[in-house]
Amino acid sequence: MGTERFAGEISIGVNGVLRYKLFGQEVFLTTTHIGMTLITLTLLIAALLVNRAVRRADWRKQPGRFLNGAEMLVEAVDRFTLGNMGTEHGGAFANYIGTLFLFLMLSNMAGVFGLRSPTADYGVTLALGLLTFFLIHYNGIRYQKAKHVTKLFRPFFLAPIQIIGEIAVPLSLSLRLFGNVLSGTVLIALVYGLLPRVLLLVLPAFLHAYLDVFSGAVQTYVFCMLTMVFVAQTFDRRDETL
Amino acid sequence: MITDQGLVLACSAIGAGIAMIAGIGPGIGQGIAAGYGASAVGRNPGARGSIMSTMLLGQAVAETTGLYGFAVAIILLFANPLLGRL
Repeated sequence: MGTERFAGEISIGVNGVLRYKLFGQEVFLTTTHIGMTLITLTLLIAALLVNRAVRRADWRKQPGRFLNGAEMLVEAVDRFTLGNMGTEHGGAFANYIGTLFLFLMLSNMAGVFGLRSPTADYGVTLALGLLTFFLIHYNGIRYQKAKHVTKLFRPFFLAPIQIIGEIAVPLSLSLRLFGNVLSGTVLIALVYGLLPRVLLLVLPAFLHAYLDVFSGAVQTYVFCMLTMVFVAQTFDRRDETL
Repeated sequence: MITDQGLVLACSAIGAGIAMIAGIGPGIGQGIAAGYGASAVGRNPGARGSIMSTMLLGQAVAETTGLYGFAVAIILLFANPLLGRL
C-alpha cells in the first residue's frame, strides 16, 4: 500500500515514519515496524515474567494467580494442538502454534491500543503464509518421502491444477488474514473520519469490539487452525488419531 | 471537460464498487453455514464446541472469495495500476 492520506488526518495505508538510506536504497521505518517491535517487546517481557514465576515456583505451596493463568494458557494451546494434529506428531508443533497464536492475537488487536495492526500489511501476512507453506512441504517430504511429490502427478493430466492448488495455499491464507484485518482498519478509519466529534466518544467502541477484538480473535483461530490442518495432512496415514 | 486522469479515476471508483458485489457470495455462504450450524446444535447440543469450530472454519474459508474482491477494490482505490498506463 502507498502512503496516501485520506480525508484530512485519517490514513488507512502503511505510513513511513522515518526515512533512511540502506545500501543506496531509500527505506522507510513504517508503522508496521513500530507495531511489531512493540508487540514483540510485550511478548518478550511477558515471557520473562512467566519464566521468573515458573523458576521461583515452590511445589509445596499453592501457585499464584499469575502462574495459574500462564499454565492454563499453555495447557489450552497444548490441548488445541494435540486435538487437531494427533498425539503422535502434534507435540512438536505446540510451540510454533502457541507463538503464532499470541503474536496474531496481539497484532490483530493492536487497533484497540491505538497502533496500526501489523497484520494489515501484506508483507507480514505473506511471511506468515510462506512459513506455513514451508512447514507443509518440509513435513511432507519428511514423513512421506518421494510420495509427497509423486502424489501431485497421480492423475497425470491434473498435475497443473494440483500444483496451482499447492501454490494457492499460502496466498489464500495470507490474503484472508490481510483482507480481514485491513477491512476492519479501513472501516474504523472511515468512521473516525466521517463522524462528528461528539459521536466519536461512543460509537467506535462497538466497532473496535467487533472488528478488532472479535474478528481478530476469529481470524487468529482460523489461521492457526488452517496451519494445523494443512500440516497434519502431510503426516503418515497410519496415524489414526487425526 | 473530462481529463484522461479524471476518467480513469472515475471508472476505477465505479470498478471498486462493482468489485465489492463479490461480498454477496460469502454472505450467502456464511449464512447457510450458520443456519446448518444452528440446526446441528439444536439436534445435538452436546457437540456444541466442535460444531462451532467447524462452522467458523468453513465460514472463514468461504469468506476468502469476498476478500479477493475487497483486495481488488482497495488496489483500484489506493494503489491504482491504471493511472501509470496513461
